[in-house]
Amino acid sequence: MAQPIPFDRRAPVQSKQPLKALPPNLVSDLQASAAFVRQHAIASIYHAGSGHPGGALSCADVLACLFGAELNFWPDAVNDPQRDRFVLSKGHAAPALYAVGAQYGFCNKREALKLRKLNSPFQGHPHVLDMPWVETSTGSLGQGFSVALGMAMGLKLHKSQARVYTLLGDGELQEGEVWEAAMCAVHHKLDNLCTIVDYNKMQSDDLNANIMRLEPLAAKFRAFDWAVIEIDGHDIPEILGALRRASSTHDRPSLLIAHTVKGKGVPYMEGIPTWHGSVKLTREQAEDALDALGANKEQIAEYLA
Amino acid sequence: MSTAPALIAQGNDSLREAFGKALSGLADEFKNVVVLDADIAGGTGVHHFRKSHPDRFIQFGIAEQNMMAAAGGLAATGFIPIVTTFAVFCLRAVEQARLSLAYTRRNAKIVASHPGLDVGPDGGSAQALEDMAAFRAIPGMTVISPADATEMQLATRAMLEYDGPVYMRTGRSPAKQVFGNDHTFEIGKGKIVRDGKDVTIVACGVEVARAIEAAELLAADGIAARVVNMATIKPIDSDLLTRCAKHTGCFVTAEDHNIHGGLGSAVAESLAATHPCPIEYVGVKDVFGASGEPEELAEQFGLTAPHIVKAAKRAISRKKKAK
Repeated sequence: MAQPIPFDRRAPVQSKQPLKALPPNLVSDLQASAAFVRQHAIASIYHAGSGHPGGALSCADVLACLFGAELNFWPDAVNDPQRDRFVLSKGHAAPALYAVGAQYGFCNKREALKLRKLNSPFQGHPHVLDMPWVETSTGSLGQGFSVALGMAMGLKLHKSQARVYTLLGDGELQEGEVWEAAMCAVHHKLDNLCTIVDYNKMQSDDLNANIMRLEPLAAKFRAFDWAVIEIDGHDIPEILGALRRASSTHDRPSLLIAHTVKGKGVPYMEGIPTWHGSVKLTREQAEDALDALGANKEQIAEYLA
Repeated sequence: MSTAPALIAQGNDSLREAFGKALSGLADEFKNVVVLDADIAGGTGVHHFRKSHPDRFIQFGIAEQNMMAAAGGLAATGFIPIVTTFAVFCLRAVEQARLSLAYTRRNAKIVASHPGLDVGPDGGSAQALEDMAAFRAIPGMTVISPADATEMQLATRAMLEYDGPVYMRTGRSPAKQVFGNDHTFEIGKGKIVRDGKDVTIVACGVEVARAIEAAELLAADGIAARVVNMATIKPIDSDLLTRCAKHTGCFVTAEDHNIHGGLGSAVAESLAATHPCPIEYVGVKDVFGASGEPEELAEQFGLTAPHIVKAAKRAISRKKKAK
């Protein structure tokens, strides 16, 4: 079972190691985790006969960095009040969440391939009563952000040092509730809340820009007084660096705008909005995708068995 | 000359004030209670809590969807969040209550003031006549509507002792005192507050006082009406309803709510499965409210004691025809 890299955020900010002194294999380990997340997500969507691949592939690197390096959250800490929390507000990326959970020991890799099946806890969208480690149930856009905000408030009231992370989709930002929460998090100075936007520029039917434009996105959040950091959401060192900067932000919440590619890693999906929606993958498509994602023949056979 | 406006909102004898005082009084016992407000604390009664426990009072601004879902996060970190706003604005956040409180089975409470025609002059847009129906349809959601200040105090404690999501109605206008100091309250239990053999009047909230008044009017006509205070709309007390059906053979339901989906529907669903018998519904007949004083509106929309009397007589005559 892969173990998260010890990455002690509890140490005072000034004593934190600079990024150049990261454990030597960290970046390659996280890249490998992200590759596994993508492969597993594709395999589970193939077996399910439905699911949203595009937005699962675009957030794999961010999820790998969170679970592999940033979160103080381990399988034996699921009920620890001092744990960091992660909320997948873009609940339709559940296949990627289950995959990263499987990678870091929160659930079983084989079981997690039973995505969307009758009596499987791996529902189409995460459900906390099925799996406590997903922290809350999501799937209705905007709500996970508010729940994460409520957790951040609760942890502050407890005077806990734990942090709350939440991942939002870009289309999700069209929900009015998101802007209610954006205003609220700043008003209450929730510097223990780190919100990440998986900015793959596409949503269910089309480009964000054609459905309902989000730009100027960074300026919108800056105007709300968030600490905004824009990054390449597929560049592991950049993601780690931004998470580190976010965790040392005081008196206001931080927003990471992760510029990503929808369908990242699968050439025939990249940049094509139709791969957002719930799709059925043929065996051939699944094989091609897994091959492009670096799985070898034996692995592909095992994934699709 | 004083320039301070008189705050009409904070009448002393309303259910919302009774709730606000009760909550404030219980806050030291229930130390993990936090109150969530959407800029309306003066209207919901939680201004008492804001004053007594400011460090546990959280302001969300006029943004009910975020407030409702954030309650799920607060509950997840071990608090008992009390979401407070007007009933009509709870409707705005029904889906947040569904997903982030009920589906997740959080120990969170929603306390809604200003339900029904009892809102009065603010008019139809402000009078929630659908809230009990909406929240009753959510799996695992308990729905409570106490009748007077005494019961409100007991229900507030019961709500805090209960582990799970609750929707509770308070009330804007002065509420008649119905119960004495010996009154008890248990979630899920109705109570016979006046006995009779000819018809059962099942009521909740402000309609309980009107139902008792109706029973007195019926007594003058030689009709013995039983009055049941059904403060818990969900889960409904089916055992009590079945017993009443066997004893009296017909029913009137009375609620300050649309006749569709609220108390009347809950009673009908229960009796249809156990002991079918004639039921007449007193409530707002699938229309929106309007401005006016609560008593004027109750008269115009058919919620007063004389309307309950007429409904009872109809129910009794249907019972006799069926024999």
